[in-house]
Amino acid sequence: MIARDLVIIGGGSAGMAAAIAAYDEGLTDILIVEKGRQLGGILNQCIHHGFGIEEFKEQLTGPEFMSRLAVEVKKRNIDVRFQSNVLDLTKSKVVTYSNAAEGIVKVQAKAVIMATGCYERSAGAIQIPGERPSGIITAGTAQLYLNEMGALVGKRVFILGSGDIGLIMARRLTLEGASVLGVSEIMPYSNGLNHNMVQCLHDFDIPLYLSHTVTKTYGKSRLEKIEISQVDEKFNPIPGTEKEFEVDTLLLSIGLIPSNDLLKKLGLPVSKSRGAIVDEHYMTDIPGIFSTGNVLHVHDLADYVAAESRSCGKGAAAYVQGKWNLDSPSFNVIPGKNLLYVVPHRVRLANLDEHLTIKFRVSKPLQNQVLTFTFNGEVIKKIIKPFIIPSEMQKVRLPKELFNAQDGELVISSEDRP
Amino acid sequence: MIDVIIIGAGVVGALTSRELAKYSLKVLVLDKENDVGNETTMANSAIIHSGYDPLPGTLKARFNVAGNAMFDDLADELDFHFGRVGSLTTALSEEQIPVLLNLRKQARLNGVEVELLTPEEALAMEPHLNPEVKGALFAETCGIVDPFNMTAHAMENAVDNGVELHLNEAVTAIEENAADQTFIVTTSKNSYHCKVVINCAGVYADQMAAMVGQPDFSIRPRKGEYLILDHYTAELVNSTIFPLPSEKGKGVLVSPTTSGNYIIGPSSEFVDEKDDLATDKPTIDKVKKSALDLVPSIPFNETIRAFAGLRASSSRGDFIVEEMKGHEHFINVAGIDSPGLASSPAIAKYVVEELVAKHLPLNKNPNFNPRIKPYINLKALSFEEKNELIRENPRLGQIICNCEKISLGELDDLMSRSIPPRTIKAVKKRTRAGFGKCQGGFCQPTIVKYLADFYKVDLTDVLYDKGGSNIIRCSTKECKL
Repeated sequence: MIARDLVIIGGGSAGMAAAIAAYDEGLTDILIVEKGRQLGGILNQCIHHGFGIEEFKEQLTGPEFMSRLAVEVKKRNIDVRFQSNVLDLTKSKVVTYSNAAEGIVKVQAKAVIMATGCYERSAGAIQIPGERPSGIITAGTAQLYLNEMGALVGKRVFILGSGDIGLIMARRLTLEGASVLGVSEIMPYSNGLNHNMVQCLHDFDIPLYLSHTVTKTYGKSRLEKIEISQVDEKFNPIPGTEKEFEVDTLLLSIGLIPSNDLLKKLGLPVSKSRGAIVDEHYMTDIPGIFSTGNVLHVHDLADYVAAESRSCGKGAAAYVQGKWNLDSPSFNVIPGKNLLYVVPHRVRLANLDEHLTIKFRVSKPLQNQVLTFTFNGEVIKKIIKPFIIPSEMQKVRLPKELFNAQDGELVISSEDRP
Repeated sequence: MIDVIIIGAGVVGALTSRELAKYSLKVLVLDKENDVGNETTMANSAIIHSGYDPLPGTLKARFNVAGNAMFDDLADELDFHFGRVGSLTTALSEEQIPVLLNLRKQARLNGVEVELLTPEEALAMEPHLNPEVKGALFAETCGIVDPFNMTAHAMENAVDNGVELHLNEAVTAIEENAADQTFIVTTSKNSYHCKVVINCAGVYADQMAAMVGQPDFSIRPRKGEYLILDHYTAELVNSTIFPLPSEKGKGVLVSPTTSGNYIIGPSSEFVDEKDDLATDKPTIDKVKKSALDLVPSIPFNETIRAFAGLRASSSRGDFIVEEMKGHEHFINVAGIDSPGLASSPAIAKYVVEELVAKHLPLNKNPNFNPRIKPYINLKALSFEEKNELIRENPRLGQIICNCEKISLGELDDLMSRSIPPRTIKAVKKRTRAGFGKCQGGFCQPTIVKYLADFYKVDLTDVLYDKGGSNIIRCSTKECKL
């Protein structure tokens, strides 16, 4: 069996950023296992701009963003296996992967970073009503057909769900000459980022139907028509509110789910964000196995993925180099009132440099809020938020000095402003 | 002249053609679909029932019990996934216990071994079963099967032994020559002269029979809606769990599948249209509710697919496996609803040995090979064996379906066989590529490209399933509204 200090599963923005950071900490024996033909993962098909503002202080497209990272990987001569698929990961950190050139390879790693990204919720997952014609397709798959294969999946399109990929595809399909008739969102608010709402829908006069969902689909071979209805607060369709659209395509942009097959096979618990339970350096309950990027929780921007993964890469290097005290006390981070989830879930202050970065989402849009951080019963920080929405991930840096103990619990909540 | 024409390449048609291939006969199978097993065979519970449930004395009882016993050999010869996981039919109230006892009596009359379990025994066997269970009937011989490959492999084996298969050919007329009792079968493409017709047309069997004479039965499809859970779902049940049967059928079951998923369903409602495969929320909600009565902890957030299938239920309530009155060379194999899959090998044998034998000489085909060329099953091999195979054929190491871990080499192998799939759905049914949690989100474009290259057609010509189900409408810059 081959031995490696660090094996990174996935060569997208998470895997690359983690590899670069680990290397720069002096951990040079790294292997990235990538299923695609090139680094960059899903960024390769994201030809729109909007990347890089945080990381590189300029507007980049997905391929530009990913090549900036890929150049750094290459500079460091970090080993990458392309078109290689991880079949198995054990608790003892043996990674088994498969490719055409080497066959099935087992690698004993000192540390493993899961950076496998996420996948799109499918029509089956929501049991879309009707038959199973072609033309009902997830937005990201349609994006791959369009941007990587030059193929258009439809000419008259409706979009279910206001996730960002759906919004971006609304604009993209319109520019390609297709007619996008509308977007429906079951929630009473949009799930996409604000700038995408403006630049992809508003600027192209594409209507957004909030509190609406698809209640019928027609067509046996190819989609012919859909019906949408308004829903009540329990998401039940309201009779009499039906609207029909003659379309050949229904794009689904109804959520992204972390690709956590390996985690599930290890029997590790799954958090509310459908990712791993991790500590301050994104290490799971199994020492030496880390999880970062969209496989941990789905991010708004690749920039945030890269930042998180740098921290993870540093952590993995420190773990292998024996710089960590795994036995030092830790406190738990708990999502309180109005919070959907929080990352990380557990923090060892002793292993932090200066700041603790906490990320979370609220469970519904809120106004006039105070984000309240309560450590062992005592409020240690308050942040005033006039508006806060679930589609925007919150990122808060807490200085280490704020914590007067190493154990206990930190509860984060969003409270009405008095 | 053709000896036998079989209408329909579902599981019954495929197995019957394979049974005929054992004899020196010229056999043609016709199907209107672009793939074998693309209707009723494709969408059902995939259960090989033990046979305690059909009323004693019926054809259903006879063929189910006989068919079930044939599966070990059949799965071995045709290399498809089959496992005897056993079934538990559960009573959830004291009032239901007499029904269980009656089922046990029926099982004995049908010749099926069953065992009555106490609640403790049932829960020891299935820890996630409703703790309110009052008793259960355990049938050890109940099995689960991969119905797609069972059918495709049976047809492939038949074709390899000389049977001809014409897909995409719908039968439009059948003319009987009373003088010599032969038939002219006309299709959407051609017409054929034959001595015997076997009608295995599923929900359309009554329409086929009506082309020859006045059928004494009708087929009214009964729709069943199902849910599939991902195979990464934590362990739920080990065997097939049934409620007590009712006049509507065997009820909503919860079962593992041969690929490690869980299947939940079906509903049971008569429908008027013979191609109504729509699912709807109220029915799916009812299925979920019924399933939770059996297994209260089902994680429905792990659902990856909902689908509907049609049972070809006949007006007689029993299978119809007989010569048509006044048209003895026309053999109806109709009304094959549940337990059709389990019964199919026994039906095929009976049709050939008892019915076809009356009209045609059955001389053994000396070249008949009952075994299919084995499929590559990397999962079943050791580390060294896998690597040896990949060294010989590197494409076996290249995974194209991330969720189900299907390699390019396996797809190549499939395409090299006698019934290569033509559609995305056919590839999915045979290889499982696209059957996983992303439902083809990642692998479908790769397979579309593969099929376009293989058949030397444009991307826009690749079908998802039936005619007209093209995935790509046009290339970019060509979009004209």
